[in-house]
Amino acid sequence: MIEVQDLTKSYGSVTAVDHVSFTVNKGEILGFLGPNGAGKTTTMRILTGYMPATSGTAKIAGFDVFGDSMEVRRHIGYLPEAPPVYPDMSVEDYLDFVARIKNVPAENRVARVTEAMRKTNLEDRRADLIKRLSRGYKQRVGIAQALVHDPDVIILDEPTVGLDPKQIIEVRNLIKGLAGDHTIILSTHILPEVSMTCDRVVIINKGKIAAVDTPQNLTSQLKGGQKIRVEVDAPEKALRDALTQVPGTTRVDAERLPAGGHLVAIVETAQGADIRSAIAAKIVQNGWPLFELRGVSLSLEEIFLELTTDDAAHAQASAN
Amino acid sequence: MRNFYAIYRKEMRHYFVSPVAYVCIGLFLLISAFFFNFFLSAVIQQSFQAEMQSMQFGAPPQFDVPGEVMRAFLGLLSTLILFITPFLTMGVFAEERKRGTMELLMTSPISEIQIVLGKFFASLSLFAVMLLPTASYLVYMYLHSDPVPPWRLLLAGYAGIMLLGGSLLALGTFISSLTENQLIAAVLTFVAFLFLWVLDLGHTSEGVFGSVLQYLSASRHYDDFARGIINTSALIYYFSFMVLFVFLTVRSIDSMRWRRA
Repeated sequence: MIEVQDLTKSYGSVTAVDHVSFTVNKGEILGFLGPNGAGKTTTMRILTGYMPATSGTAKIAGFDVFGDSMEVRRHIGYLPEAPPVYPDMSVEDYLDFVARIKNVPAENRVARVTEAMRKTNLEDRRADLIKRLSRGYKQRVGIAQALVHDPDVIILDEPTVGLDPKQIIEVRNLIKGLAGDHTIILSTHILPEVSMTCDRVVIINKGKIAAVDTPQNLTSQLKGGQKIRVEVDAPEKALRDALTQVPGTTRVDAERLPAGGHLVAIVETAQGADIRSAIAAKIVQNGWPLFELRGVSLSLEEIFLELTTDDAAHAQASAN
Repeated sequence: MRNFYAIYRKEMRHYFVSPVAYVCIGLFLLISAFFFNFFLSAVIQQSFQAEMQSMQFGAPPQFDVPGEVMRAFLGLLSTLILFITPFLTMGVFAEERKRGTMELLMTSPISEIQIVLGKFFASLSLFAVMLLPTASYLVYMYLHSDPVPPWRLLLAGYAGIMLLGGSLLALGTFISSLTENQLIAAVLTFVAFLFLWVLDLGHTSEGVFGSVLQYLSASRHYDDFARGIINTSALIYYFSFMVLFVFLTVRSIDSMRWRRA
């Protein structure tokens, strides 16, 4: 549905988007993950026809975003970084206006506007002036306008920014519900959002793609196996030795907690090995009180930081 | 066509909820009413003086009170709109860019020409609404004149104002598309208008240069309309002016895509 090949955008000496290539299949939700300034918004603006690329191609539904811009625009709904709303219009009037300029035929307009408001829970605010709405509601209006003409492709730039936790969940559910019928690209720098809503993730940093994969693959691929966290009342060296002896352990890090004085050890294991019971047994065997034992898998946070931070020490520190 | 209408409709609504439009119209009507009154009294006084003179010296001069008043009044209007229209057009594009709604328009299946024409015709409509009450003063005067002057004089005069206004609105719209800041748009537009006005003063220069300046001056073309003459060269001038600036505005919008920094 969406094909991007070698897309590049430079402003003079600054390259905002650097030979980016990816595809999005019909009905898929693709997450665009990256720190601020990575090139997410620029890529989206190129896809929607707001600005031209310096080189490379992008196609949506088979139409070139630059050569067939009008046709592409008929197929997309777009929520820019800031919701493009007119403060002096009411929610309903605004959505009606957007429906008109998105070429929704007159007979369908009212139905579509009502539908968009229903999906974003804006129905009780339909007559309110947009300037009177809170940030969260304005954001919802922004999402509604991206949906009002029922486009094939929906491009959302940070759709949950400014929303309270309840609204964030609603929006994520809304986005998940849209998949299948619609193809969606959403950008964010909130990591849990990506693992919760997206089928695949593109991690972008400084204009270049750092990784493309499903969230699950990314989490398991990058750092071998599991990590296990134990909280024990034991002397450090003894604990280290004991844990290192457990088969499957690749590494042990220990640290004493300031309050209470317990020792916390993080045990890294080889891929595929589940040594939790062995560790528990070893600790009990030595007669040390065991307070906590749990698995800690490498989170997307850590992968993200690893991939997007140059400083290796940073990644190390965050692993704890 | 549908898109053009959607933009037109939205613009009209915005004008009628915006304080700027009401203030401009209010001021315009207030000032024009004041001057109408002033001109009417002044001309009537003059006509009495002329009559007294004619009684003294014999030959009765024809004093055309309605005609004189109309000419003066329309002259005033043509100057007044130079000051008022920058405020009507300053926000047309500058505000869209500032609000971020330009991004919505440019990523929707609507062509630039539809956007520009929708906005331009909305500003023209507002202008007409602003102008209409002033016509009522002149109509009132006409109806109380004996003999009633020909209506085509009134129509020609207002046609001229509309054309002049339309040209200024087109220019103002273009300038609004160049910046995000409404105030700068207003100031630049005002400066551009002043420049046009000053061009008119160059009509005293000799030779070719003088003629060129005369032709370019927007106000000069207006004079014939004030006298009730619909001059085709003036019509061509005004229409060309409007078309030029509408075209330039479309180009300016298009260039926004390339201008990002």
